[in-house]
Amino acid sequence: MPRVIHPVPDRDDAFFWEAVRAGRLVARECSACGRIAHPPAPMCAACGGGEWVERELSGRGTVHSWIVSRHPSQPDDAPRIVVLVDLAEGVRLVSNLREIDPADVRNGMAVTVFFDEVDGCWLPQFRPQRAAAGQAGGA
Amino acid sequence: MAGARRAAVVGIGQTEFSKNSGRSELRLAAEAVRAAIADAGLTPADIDGTVTFTQDTNDELALARAVGIEEIRWASRTPFGGGGASATVEHAAAAVLSGMANAVVVYRAFNERSGHRFGQPKEQVTSPAYNFYFPYGLDAPTKIYALWFQRYMHVYGLTNADFGLYSVVARRHAATNPNAWFHGRPITLADHQNSRWIVEPILRLLDCCQESDGGVALVVTTEERARDLRQKLVTIEAATQSNLIGGDVMFNYYHPDIARFPEAEHSARTLYQQTGLSPDDIDVALLYENFSPIVFYLLEAYGFCGPGEARDFIADGNIGLDGKIPVNTHGGLLGEAYIHGVNNILEAVRQLRGTAANQVPDARRVLAATGRSAVILGTE
Ligand SMILES: [Zn+2]
Repeated sequence: MPRVIHPVPDRDDAFFWEAVRAGRLVARECSACGRIAHPPAPMCAACGGGEWVERELSGRGTVHSWIVSRHPSQPDDAPRIVVLVDLAEGVRLVSNLREIDPADVRNGMAVTVFFDEVDGCWLPQFRPQRAAAGQAGGA
Repeated sequence: MAGARRAAVVGIGQTEFSKNSGRSELRLAAEAVRAAIADAGLTPADIDGTVTFTQDTNDELALARAVGIEEIRWASRTPFGGGGASATVEHAAAAVLSGMANAVVVYRAFNERSGHRFGQPKEQVTSPAYNFYFPYGLDAPTKIYALWFQRYMHVYGLTNADFGLYSVVARRHAATNPNAWFHGRPITLADHQNSRWIVEPILRLLDCCQESDGGVALVVTTEERARDLRQKLVTIEAATQSNLIGGDVMFNYYHPDIARFPEAEHSARTLYQQTGLSPDDIDVALLYENFSPIVFYLLEAYGFCGPGEARDFIADGNIGLDGKIPVNTHGGLLGEAYIHGVNNILEAVRQLRGTAANQVPDARRVLAATGRSAVILGTE
């Protein structure tokens, strides 16, 4: 299992990590103009609003880019695939891609979110989106 | 800035570049600053301004006490680490052109190999801004940057061997620069491909800048004063920063097209507009490369070639000493040393004075660019 640096949420992003612990992927949407801010911001850059509504995201997206992350000084730690995901809602976020060999990762491949506790830390993770039958996917 | 008053770089100084300086960072800063002041033919008492990085550990007053600077009227620092390397010159120019200071010394000094090493994986989140990256394993600059470089590779069909084309050029230039850590040690593309993976499948060891100990400094004053000083006139033709909404210094993942570098494209536009120059007018380009792919982004952003063309542009010999636009003639941060990009500005000055180890004949306009700050220096 990889070692995970735990997030230290503050007032502007605690909602995200609370939702992740509850198995939900969310972003904040400005209650005045509807603009989504991710990573979260304390104020809406479009209208100056400071009130937000939580919006649950589909968790479906495509791989924008990816790398294999290894820990150079702790080689026993399992390498992780880090992905930049373009979510269907137009949000781009960093996560991990699991249940796939690095040799099979492709830019643009469809992925779906699931939630996992890694090294004591609940994180949104992604796996390849499978064709209709098979796993239900998601948590 | 045609027709406007200009600032000038009148002195440069440095320590040796090493992996273990054996002395304090403040000592390195003091040595470099003293050398730059002497190079200008000034005395420490002539200096009344300082500029360094927010990340620099050397306190302005501690430096003044060590060097003998009697009064600092202007002290400022540039944000964003190496991204602010060329912004130091912008700050210094603003200070002297506004009359807020007469002569400003820019310095950057650290033991980045024997002391605190930037490239080490982080152990904990130190800012909420890292919450969305470190937990997933994006815990070191190599990985953080590689996530956008991979997009460039995908969009333009490059492999890691293509990035090695640049590393070979940087090490060739370093090989004939006695100041360079890798003096006398050129590499081949095979050496590059045999170096170990740092971030698969994007960066190998020989794509990464060095970790270095050392200090560099330069002195800036107005063109009028510069004309009375001892060195050949080197003017600051234009200087700018670009820090765009939606951008991020290292986690620059949110612009629509991350196979391009919008901050650098904005800086390029500003510099070319301010000077009336075009890419064809630039004689030498010093391009900040913490990692080799950044050179590809910057060559394209500054219009030396089109988007996606950097690979062929480099492969065709255009960035060598006798190429269309010689790049990183001192060996760059891969070959000379990683003094956070300020050593690039010293090389720009040497090229314009005609004193560089790998001198480009009759260099009259030199670009020193990072991703988010840049200057064009010139001579008559
Ligand atoms: Zn709004």
